[in-house]
Order: sequence, then structure tokens, then C-alpha cells
Amino acid sequence: MAKKPTNNQEPDTTGHEWDGIQEYNNPLPRWWLWLFYATIVWGLWYVIAYPAWPLINEATAGYKGWSTRANVAAEIEAAREANAEINARLASVELEAIPADEELNTYAVSAGAAVYRTWCAQCHGSGAAGVKAGGYPNLLDNDWLWGGTLEDIHYTIAHGIRNEEDPDARWSQMPAYGDILDSEGIDQVVNYVMSLSGTPQDAQAAAAGEEIFLDNCAACHGEAGGGDIYQGAPNLADAIWLYGGDYETIRETVTYSRFGVMPPMGGADLSEAETRAVAVYVHQLGGGE
Amino acid sequence: MAILDKHAILEKNVTLLAIFAFLVVTIGGIVQIAPLFWLENTIEDVEGMRPYSPLELAGRDVYIREGCYVCHSQMVRPMRDEVERYGHYSLAAESKYDHPFQWGSKRTGPDLARVGGRYSDDWHVAHLRDPQSVVPESVMPKYGFLEERLLDGEHIGDLLRTHRMVGVPYTEEMIENARADFNAQIDPDGDTDGLLARYPKAQVRNFDGRPGISETDALIAYMQMLGTLVDFSTFTPVASR
Repeated sequence: MAKKPTNNQEPDTTGHEWDGIQEYNNPLPRWWLWLFYATIVWGLWYVIAYPAWPLINEATAGYKGWSTRANVAAEIEAAREANAEINARLASVELEAIPADEELNTYAVSAGAAVYRTWCAQCHGSGAAGVKAGGYPNLLDNDWLWGGTLEDIHYTIAHGIRNEEDPDARWSQMPAYGDILDSEGIDQVVNYVMSLSGTPQDAQAAAAGEEIFLDNCAACHGEAGGGDIYQGAPNLADAIWLYGGDYETIRETVTYSRFGVMPPMGGADLSEAETRAVAVYVHQLGGGE
Repeated sequence: MAILDKHAILEKNVTLLAIFAFLVVTIGGIVQIAPLFWLENTIEDVEGMRPYSPLELAGRDVYIREGCYVCHSQMVRPMRDEVERYGHYSLAAESKYDHPFQWGSKRTGPDLARVGGRYSDDWHVAHLRDPQSVVPESVMPKYGFLEERLLDGEHIGDLLRTHRMVGVPYTEEMIENARADFNAQIDPDGDTDGLLARYPKAQVRNFDGRPGISETDALIAYMQMLGTLVDFSTFTPVASR
């Protein structure tokens, strides 16, 4: 390395000469040189500190013992521990008392929102407005198939609807009336159902459909078509439709029936605290009773 | 120093410089890459991994053809937010029968490494037909046309054989029965003993609910299997990784 020249001294040259052009052999700037040495030292330390050299069976572990997997396990454990106390309280208090407890309620709504977005939003939508084309119910309104109290919602989430995984799942099944009524009868009862909340396609058929409705449908849906949350029979008189309220869709529902399913806890394995949190979240969306 | 002066020889001879540069890069490459092929902890042994069933493999081809990997990754990274959303972080062993792997590099849509069992078949059918009908904020294109494209499985045995050439342990028995297995996975009333013996945990259903084996059937069969094979109750992570 060439010496740093003083101000009045010509710097050394490399001794190369091309067509009269010579090359200075100036030293590198000090700050650059020291940074360069520092990176070498840092590199050596890094190799010793972190997993680096591949050996026969595994790589050197490094003295700091760093491990992505251990880190993520520790992070999850830390989060679990930080929330352990409030989760235990959430899981043990009276369910109906949660909304009145401000601290618990705030926690449950935010924790429940996270659970909802992970496990429920797929079908019910990220805004919880449901998906009519798929028969996934709207959770924002006050029309509930199986009841809208906190207890009801909690039970539905915990056990699901019409699934084989949980013997306590909510269960109801409407017969497919395509096998029971003839085409004219179906037309009449569809028109009658339409008349309960609006205008039928054919007023004459609707009038004729009343008797069929009372004989076949009223046992579950009620004489006025108001539904029955204890059997999961939808309210037919409120102009809120699970699959759609036009003639074609109702006709399809009556002919083939519907069989919407919901896995317990949306297919997850939620703790009691998480189940309660998401129940509180859904309950406060607007329709909770 | 004498040895540093010798450097001038390299600097003045371009062929020699190329040879030595190549040597240096080779050594670096061997040190980095070669150990991965023999290090025992590169791919952990996990229980449950098996080669794809013929129908799943056909669905995987649809997945690749349609470029799903451009918007969907298949790699749950070991971070708390990802583990809590998607499930257990991905293991190397879970991609060991993937040629090529589908890790992807960008998530316009969600990660799919553990999408199996997360949605119902009906949901998948509705979602492929019109993604916005079930996820209003989605920007995914429609794939309803896959339902109209029927697969006859004529070359499915060749597909398995090709994957065997690049290292997937398909047995002669699997290749011979490829077409039968391909058809069996879609027919819940048929004889599925052979299929389930060869491909444990294979899900047998008519996935799209329509007659015939469509590309939608194959694709849903593939997605419903993703991330469900490894038995995590028997898995203990090696801490040093």
C-alpha cells in the first residue's frame, strides 16, 4: 500500500505507462479502508454467531443459538401468555355478562374480529353481509335462522350446522317437495310464499297455495310463515332471503330443498375463549338480540 | 509481498483470469449448494407425505397451466402472523414431490399451502365460477370454463412416469393403476380400496357435483389435499433449524 502523500509531494505512480499516460498509485481513502476492514471482522463474527457452515449432518448452529422455529414458537407462546389471564376470564364468566364488562367486551370484540376474519369471512364475507348466491347467511341483520342471542350464536359457532363432525350440531332438514307435490302445487305454494312478503307472480295461484302451505309448510315455518328458530326454519314473511326471493330461486328451494352446512367453529379448533370472542363479535355487529 | 505480486500475472492474461475466476466461483458454489444434497436436516422425515394421486396431479397441472402461482404462494413462513392465519409453517418435506415447487413469490391472493379442508367443495365451485360472488373484494379472474373441460385421463400414466423420472417415487403398481385411480377418486360409490391403499388420505368425492371428470374436479381435489398430508401430532421440530 502506497504511503499517503504530503501536500507538496508528487504521489507515487504504479510504473505503468501507456502512450505517455501514467497511473497514480494513490492510497485508498482512510474511511473506506477502515469500513472495509470492519466488514471483514463483522463477517467473521457473523459466521461464528449465526448458523453458517454446512457440516456432515447439519450446519454449525452459531453461539447465539438463533432459530427461526424457536423464535416463532416463543412469539406465539409470549402472545398466549400475555392474554392468558383475560382469556381465562372470558372463558369462565357468564356469557351474557360479557357485553356489560367494558374491558372484557373490548377485548372480545377485537379478538373475535381476528378469529372471524381468519375462519368465518370465507363464507359470511369479510364484512359479514353473507353471500346470497351461496346461501351463506348475512350476520348483520336481525333475521336469525337459529336465534340471535349471545347464547344461540355461541352454540351455533361451537357446534356448527348440519355436519358430521359434531353430534350436537344444529340440524334440520326440509323435505324436497319435488317428490311430494306436483308441478302445479309447487307453483301455487311458491306464489303463496312470495305473497307473504311481497307480490306473487300469479295472485290466483298464490290464493290456491295457502292450503298447501298450511298442510305442508306451516308445521315448521309457522302459519304466518314467521319461521321457528328452534327448528332452524327461516322466516318467510320478512323479505329477507337466504338464497334469493325471486320465483325461480324459491321454486328451486321448494323442489330440491336446501342443505347449507357450517363446520363447527368454521373448521378451526378454537379455544372456549376464542369461540366466545367471535360470538361476542358477531352479536355486536348489529343484529344481536 | 511476493504472492501478491504474482497477481499481476493473472491480471495480464485474460484466459488465465477466466480460469481462476471460474475456480473461485465453483468452490463457492459447491460449498453453498452441495451440502444440501446430503445434510440430513435439509428435509426432515415427516409422517404422512405421499406422492400426489393421479387426479391431484392432474389438478396440479391445471394449477400450473393457469398460472395460479403468480398470485398465490404455497409457503407458510415461520412467523406468528402467518402461523396464526394459515396454520403450521411449511416444511421442506411438504414440497418434496413438487416438480417444480409452487412456493411462489407474491401474494395477491392468500397463501394456499394449507387451503385443504378450509372451504367446502361448493364454495370452491362458486368461487372458481365467480370469485367476487363469495369474496367481493377479490380481483381474481373467473375460472368457470374449467367445468366444461373434461379430462379423460388417457395420458395420466405417462404423467406419473414423467414425475418418476425426476425423482418422485411412483411405483410400477401406481403407474399401472393410474387411470383407474384417476377415475376412482371422483366416484364415492365405486371401489376405492386400491386408491386409498396407494394414496392414503386421498379424498374421494365428486368435487364439482357434475357428471364427468372436469378440470374443476381435478383442481379442487388438488386444493383440498394441500397441506393436509403431514400428521403434525407426530412432528417435533428440530430446534437447530
